[in-house]
Amino acid sequence: MRVRVNPIECTAQGLCAEVFPEWIALDEWGYPAVDGQPVPEQLVKEARRAAAACPVLALKLSQD
Amino acid sequence: MRLITDSGPSRQEHLDVHGPLPELGGAQLLDLVDAAGLLGRGGAGFPTGRKMRTVAAGRRPVVLGNACEGEPASSKDELLLGRHPHLVLDGLQVAARAVGARELHLAVHRDSAARGALDKALRERRETVTVHDVPGRYVASEESALINLINNGVAKPMFTPPRPFERGIGGRPTLVSNAETLAHLALIARHGADWYRSVGDPDEPGTALVTVSGPGVRHVVEVPTGWSVGALLTQAGLTDLQAVLVGGYFGTWIPAEQARGLALTHRDLKAAGGALGAGIVIGLPAGSCGVLETARVAAYLAAENAGQCGPCLNGLPAIAGAVHRLAVGPWNDRSMADLDRWLGVVAGRGACRHPDGAVRFVLSALNVFDEDVDRHRRGRPCAGVHAAAVLPVPRPPVPGRAA
Repeated sequence: MRVRVNPIECTAQGLCAEVFPEWIALDEWGYPAVDGQPVPEQLVKEARRAAAACPVLALKLSQD
Repeated sequence: MRLITDSGPSRQEHLDVHGPLPELGGAQLLDLVDAAGLLGRGGAGFPTGRKMRTVAAGRRPVVLGNACEGEPASSKDELLLGRHPHLVLDGLQVAARAVGARELHLAVHRDSAARGALDKALRERRETVTVHDVPGRYVASEESALINLINNGVAKPMFTPPRPFERGIGGRPTLVSNAETLAHLALIARHGADWYRSVGDPDEPGTALVTVSGPGVRHVVEVPTGWSVGALLTQAGLTDLQAVLVGGYFGTWIPAEQARGLALTHRDLKAAGGALGAGIVIGLPAGSCGVLETARVAAYLAAENAGQCGPCLNGLPAIAGAVHRLAVGPWNDRSMADLDRWLGVVAGRGACRHPDGAVRFVLSALNVFDEDVDRHRRGRPCAGVHAAAVLPVPRPPVPGRAA
């Protein structure tokens, strides 16, 4: 599974980074920088929570 | 030369020079384009045959010719459309037949000088081509922006996937091809793959249109791929240069001596840390200031962001502002750390490649003009800051602020 931000939808609310700080950091303007590597098994639950936490559903999970 | 001839723009003159377009079947055309080894001429250099096969495999595909030419320093597509519109339109027809498309579309810059010639040429033909007027913004001619404009009326890039070849106009697989690529197709259909490969680099064959610019110079030439950059510059009378910008505003600066020794192929330029892009070569004279020229273009690129993605709409104006202050002051050297950080944090985080291109362009400037950068950092800008502007920028943007 990989995590991706749709940068057009993203409005820098920052909930994803709050929920999943191991994988997502906010830049100085409040926008998420996401590790593009596959998410290790033990963090998949956090990834799902982060995607669910985004108020505009800008955080996408892909199964590849 | 092949594409650029003395022929006038009318259909009859076009047919007198090139002969009729043969009626080849789709599968035959696909094989032909593969064998010719045609690479797209819009900048990415992707193998056209491969792109066509992917689209041909989809349901109810359509074709979209891209004659928008968003790069300020490029004139090749406007020249083709204005002087040889039937080459582009023949190519669009060939592309449609190759992928099995029944709908033909063409995207043109709203204020293009070639629009009159295009309309006249269309009246001389039987097939229906839907022409789309595109606003002259830099990102508006990006392929997903064209699809967005056609589908939704908004000329801004979209989040991908899906890319247009998967889902484009009306959700259908769409082949998006640059006007010059289409022109080559028109001739490949007539003369075959061996003919196409008979000139140019063996791996990236054929001819290419290159827009060469510099002080007092702006022209389009057609050369075999692999032609020497040095020969192009000498032929244009561009001699006393410090650096060359290759690939346009998403391209890279290369020191003049190194650039002269390079061949115009994607392969050669990539190996030199650059890119061929849409065939744009700009010579910067020794008396100019590379930092200031870069600052002007960085400001333009910053103002041309689509306003959709945080890292780009925040990062590019910040970068442009810093480079501007480096060029003409006031400069606080603590800003260098900020500039380095911004250049590292923006690329790859937008929906399109606009921020990536801008970052690559600025990074290459800091690298190639390093001695000048050092002087500017110490508060001693070069005399070149007073030289006349060389890089063309459509309208004066305000550095540090997005449009």
